[in-house]
Amino acid sequence: MKTLAERAAAHRPALVRAVAGSAWPIAVGFAFAYLMQTALAPAVGDFYGKLMLDVGIAILVGVALNIVNGFAGQFSIGHAGFMAVGGYVAAGIVFYGSIKLWGSRDIHGGFLGPGELLLVAGCVIGGLVAALAGLLVGLPSLRVRGDYLAIVTLGFGEIVRVLLQQTDDVVMDPRAVEAASAWSLADNLGGALGFFGAPRYLDPKNPFWIWLFVMIVLLVAYRLKTSSKGRQLLAVRENEVAAEAVGVPTTRVKVSAFVLSAFFAGIGGGLYAHELGNSLRPADLGFQKSIDLVIIVVLGGMGSISGVVVAATALTILPEVFREFSEYRMIFYALALVLVMILRPQGLFGIRELWELGPWRRVFRRGAS
Amino acid sequence: MSAAAPPAGASAAAAGASAAAAGASAAAPALDADRLSIAFGGLKAVTELSLRVPARGLHGLIGPNGAGKTTVFNLLTGVYRPDSGSIRLGGVRVDGLRPNQIARAGLARTFQNIRLFAELSVLDNVRVAAAVRARSGLLRTFLRTPLYVAEEAAILERARELLAILGIAHREDEQAKSLPYGDQRRLEIARALATEPRVLLLDEPVAGMNTQEKKAMRGLIQSLRERFDVAILLIEHDMGLVMDICEHITVLDHGVTIARGEPAAVQHDPAVIEAYLGVPDDGAAAPPGDAG
Repeated sequence: MKTLAERAAAHRPALVRAVAGSAWPIAVGFAFAYLMQTALAPAVGDFYGKLMLDVGIAILVGVALNIVNGFAGQFSIGHAGFMAVGGYVAAGIVFYGSIKLWGSRDIHGGFLGPGELLLVAGCVIGGLVAALAGLLVGLPSLRVRGDYLAIVTLGFGEIVRVLLQQTDDVVMDPRAVEAASAWSLADNLGGALGFFGAPRYLDPKNPFWIWLFVMIVLLVAYRLKTSSKGRQLLAVRENEVAAEAVGVPTTRVKVSAFVLSAFFAGIGGGLYAHELGNSLRPADLGFQKSIDLVIIVVLGGMGSISGVVVAATALTILPEVFREFSEYRMIFYALALVLVMILRPQGLFGIRELWELGPWRRVFRRGAS
Repeated sequence: MSAAAPPAGASAAAAGASAAAAGASAAAPALDADRLSIAFGGLKAVTELSLRVPARGLHGLIGPNGAGKTTVFNLLTGVYRPDSGSIRLGGVRVDGLRPNQIARAGLARTFQNIRLFAELSVLDNVRVAAAVRARSGLLRTFLRTPLYVAEEAAILERARELLAILGIAHREDEQAKSLPYGDQRRLEIARALATEPRVLLLDEPVAGMNTQEKKAMRGLIQSLRERFDVAILLIEHDMGLVMDICEHITVLDHGVTIARGEPAAVQHDPAVIEAYLGVPDDGAAAPPGDAG
């Protein structure tokens, strides 16, 4: 039998083909986000435009959570905590950064202008800080599992919320901001009242960045799921002892899943903080939000990317459609969850993707694997 | 955490990979366990066990229920750490390493109570294991670089070859849990072989099989040695099979080695007969008051 390295050498693809194969989904992602900005956003009006923004963020964070809860089988019910970390870091950078750079907290520059680049930088840094938090939460996952890990993540979310409530008021006076150091401003995040005043770059007419990050997380999740690294996550979820026995470093795999998932949840939080009509209060990104995210993943299917997209879309749009019954929302959610657990405990799609079900299965038999 | 694994692990894994590529060296036995002992609380589960399996050897490990056979497998694979003694794979020490590091160093196993990745497809079960020597990290995975593409193609090719050899290629799309029992055992062997082991531990490979299936499995086990250049250590309750195919047998009782040697010799060893059948004749050896 030939070794893997020898076989791999024989399968080395031509460079042009490899680059094309790697790049075309990225190009499609850019094109899609650009079309959402230039074609769809002007056409649908403000109400549906805002709804689309919410759908995008729900997909982004839902797919991120699916990496931990679905692929790796580690149950996190504190993911809003990662959103909060990313959101507050991004808001702090964009709000105080705008004042320090340009003297005002207003929107600076148009589409792809300097203000939006600051927004993207803020979101990515927010994601990185959230990823660091993911590392901290992921480490105990070496020792605890199942319900106990869920409690650890729950505790994490609550710690984040309480810490944010202890912060001081936002400094609104530009001169005071310019005088203060970045370090001291890190404590001026608005406390329980929330961080208001961050420039709202993302509005119904300007959804580009949300959809770009949605396309990135979808591509990352899909490429992960259909790769050896992704199969390692699934193996850990299915049977940890057997995974170790075939050479899967289970602890490192679990922590990587947490870090990656927290990174995208943090970016989602950063985008959330700069979306028109959202309030950024600690309670908005608390336990309730975490549960909403878990419901998206459980309904859509633990491990199914397309399932999470469908569930995130449905669970964002339905409450708006049935607005007059909004106070009964959690009753419907709970009822739906109970029914799904009884009828389809693996979620709507289980581990499978939309195109692997029913008549499509023959056509896409092995996907891109 | 495991990124900061002891350097011994990394070098053992690297040595295992390169030695496997070069073919097993004649000097060191494929598996060399020396005076392994482990106790759980006051219970001495395994005492001073020594095993030496040469390259391409086929050894058996037998003993009555509760003799500590599976504990030995758990010691060898790193699930338990031995209290004393050493384990070498092709001359490289592996005791104290984590199970995944020992797997990388060239030791693969199957499980007595089957442990497949139940929800994954048959093909993916093998692909997880075949990826053990792949070098692509997360970034390469996301970017699908040429190295990643080549490795994934190689992993797929190898997994399909193994499934064909084990005779379950036609089931590659099915979920592992939907396979019939005999095929699940075959899939476990395919998955173990996919890690490119130098030593394969089989824990009761024919348990629960009928005569025909046993016959097929016996032929398969014998063919593996040549085909994969692998040494095999076998736990089995089916004495016909063990006596038939093993070159060397070690008999355990209460964690203690009571006999070792060629099948014919072991078969007639009085200590072995006693362990399996109890004390013969009038029970003079049994302590008084112990009879009830």
